[in-house]
Amino acid sequence: MSLRCAVIGSGNIGSDLIKKLERSELLTPSLLVGIDPNSDGLKRAREAGIETTHEGVQVLLDRADEFDVVFEATSATVHAANAPKFLEKGLFALDLTPAAVGPYVVPAVNLDLVADQRNLNMVTCGGQATVPIVNAISRVADVSYAEIVATISSRAAGPGTRANIDEFTETTSDAIVKVGGAKRGKAIIVLNPANPPIMMRNTVFAAVDKDADPQAIIDSILEMEQAVKQYVPGYELVAEPQIDRGAGPDGSTKVAVFIRVKGAGDYLPEYAGNLDIITAASIAAAERYAMQHQK
Amino acid sequence: MSTHREPTESPVINSDGYVPPLAGRDILVCDTTMRDGSHSVAHQFTSDNVRQIAGGLDAAGVNVIEVTHGDGLGGSSFNYGFSAESDFDLLKAARGEIKQAKLAALLLPGIGTLEDLQKATDEGIDLVRVATHCTEADISIEHLHGAKALGLETVGFLMMSHMVGPNRLATEAEIMRDAGADTVYFADSAGALLPHQVTERVEAIRARLGDDMKIGMHAHNNLGSGVPNAIAAAQAGASILDGSCHGLGAGAGNAATEVLSAALDRMGANTSVNTLELIDVAEDIVAEICKGKLPKLDRGSLLLGYAGIYSSFLLHTRRAAERYGVAEAEILLELGRRRVVGGQEDMIIDVAIELSGVQLPD
Repeated sequence: MSLRCAVIGSGNIGSDLIKKLERSELLTPSLLVGIDPNSDGLKRAREAGIETTHEGVQVLLDRADEFDVVFEATSATVHAANAPKFLEKGLFALDLTPAAVGPYVVPAVNLDLVADQRNLNMVTCGGQATVPIVNAISRVADVSYAEIVATISSRAAGPGTRANIDEFTETTSDAIVKVGGAKRGKAIIVLNPANPPIMMRNTVFAAVDKDADPQAIIDSILEMEQAVKQYVPGYELVAEPQIDRGAGPDGSTKVAVFIRVKGAGDYLPEYAGNLDIITAASIAAAERYAMQHQK
Repeated sequence: MSTHREPTESPVINSDGYVPPLAGRDILVCDTTMRDGSHSVAHQFTSDNVRQIAGGLDAAGVNVIEVTHGDGLGGSSFNYGFSAESDFDLLKAARGEIKQAKLAALLLPGIGTLEDLQKATDEGIDLVRVATHCTEADISIEHLHGAKALGLETVGFLMMSHMVGPNRLATEAEIMRDAGADTVYFADSAGALLPHQVTERVEAIRARLGDDMKIGMHAHNNLGSGVPNAIAAAQAGASILDGSCHGLGAGAGNAATEVLSAALDRMGANTSVNTLELIDVAEDIVAEICKGKLPKLDRGSLLLGYAGIYSSFLLHTRRAAERYGVAEAEILLELGRRRVVGGQEDMIIDVAIELSGVQLPD
């Protein structure tokens, strides 16, 4: 039996989620909740035969027993208000805003969290792209500091991202430490307006102990690349991980990893890998939840 | 330091009745030796350096003194280079020396945060310049609002302004004005503009925002027109200009503050700067501290201006060229083709690896 999913928010993320839910064998897009009856997202979902409402989240709460999973693609403030209501109604919530009510989930690293949590946060697009690599390094070496640079096409940065750049950097830095396993984290985001639009690019820098084994680090990173590819097919390293002894702070070894994320082209074109990676990660989490329920 | 000296009269014989072009105009001077200039020294300024330079600039009558990592608050990183000392320690050192000038910090949304700005405010900054790429002004709204809430004077700072036409630049300036910028600036971050293009940009912003809007200009010298560009901005109506001592800064550096000040004197502008004292600051303090690191208009920096590449990329490119055995010029030209923007320093290593022909492991 396929789980019934509701998506809150009919912007880029919500619309991309609907496309991916339509493809999933374990999940069904049952409801898209928006606030603007004329939004492109609601229109497209209606055309695809999916129930929509522009009357907000109350519609979902009133009929909570008709749904199993809720994806929140609104804003941090909205999710902070909705989260307790979802919990009370017994809905499993995946939060794609930076609200971070629940713990961060990055499927390639800690998908097991799905088993005993009712609300999981999807970090940020840049976090989904880079935290797995930080984790891959920290599982074989001591990472005193990790830094990520996410460059996304201006066209793929929606109004929510633009109005809350600090939330991106702060949430991502936090996940670099809590999920990535670095002692300190820093995140940088750059918007590039080039046309044709550039693919999402991410760079991970890490300072590791000088005695770390370079080959073990590279092997671990390449293995992680494959793990992420399982749910984000367009995820790939564009160059061999670079390891420079003594090039980091205090004589540490500097590791640099370059990643490109090509989107699946579901709602926005392929350049919007930033959109794809966070929605694909949340689908992976929801599918794991669905599999547990089938047992 | 030298004793106080009065500026000299112009040695140029003018025609009868000559009126200099900026006669009667008040022009403010902002010195960014300890911010943009940090690029020249790979962000290694110490509190001692800052105390000396800030004290000199303040005594010479500069109006605004900017102190931060070259990439702004929070810029200390693998991507942009680690600072020798934190932004906050450097701001504290400057604050202790500055009596009349305003102390400024730079903030690039996406790199620095409002939390960093709060800390900088605690160290006593008067003003923040919030900088975005010239098409991305709306990501500064959160920070301009936040700066106003902290009681700071605000500048909206549009970078890489050669990458859009004058009207689009004016549209972005309007977004910053509406978000609370007291002054709107445009920066020729690639040093790719020539004076006539600077004039067009100032005129477009004035036409959109009115003559009362304070407009500033930040020039780089990659095409050799740093000071002429700044002067052109003033002639077109800009009222505040950036410079750095000896032109210290990314690429071929900025308009040199002391040269700019001398030119403004000869243009007849009213400034609060004592040019002779400022020349001494540049020569006796800044050039001494930065010996061997003063910017040059060499092949690499000329190519930045010629190909329209963010000036801060130069020294990172130089290091990557050496590390991967690739020609600096090839990396720069490829970066230009990819239309990278400020902040994408990580792409330099990426391009260098690609050009070096290293293959990915299977």
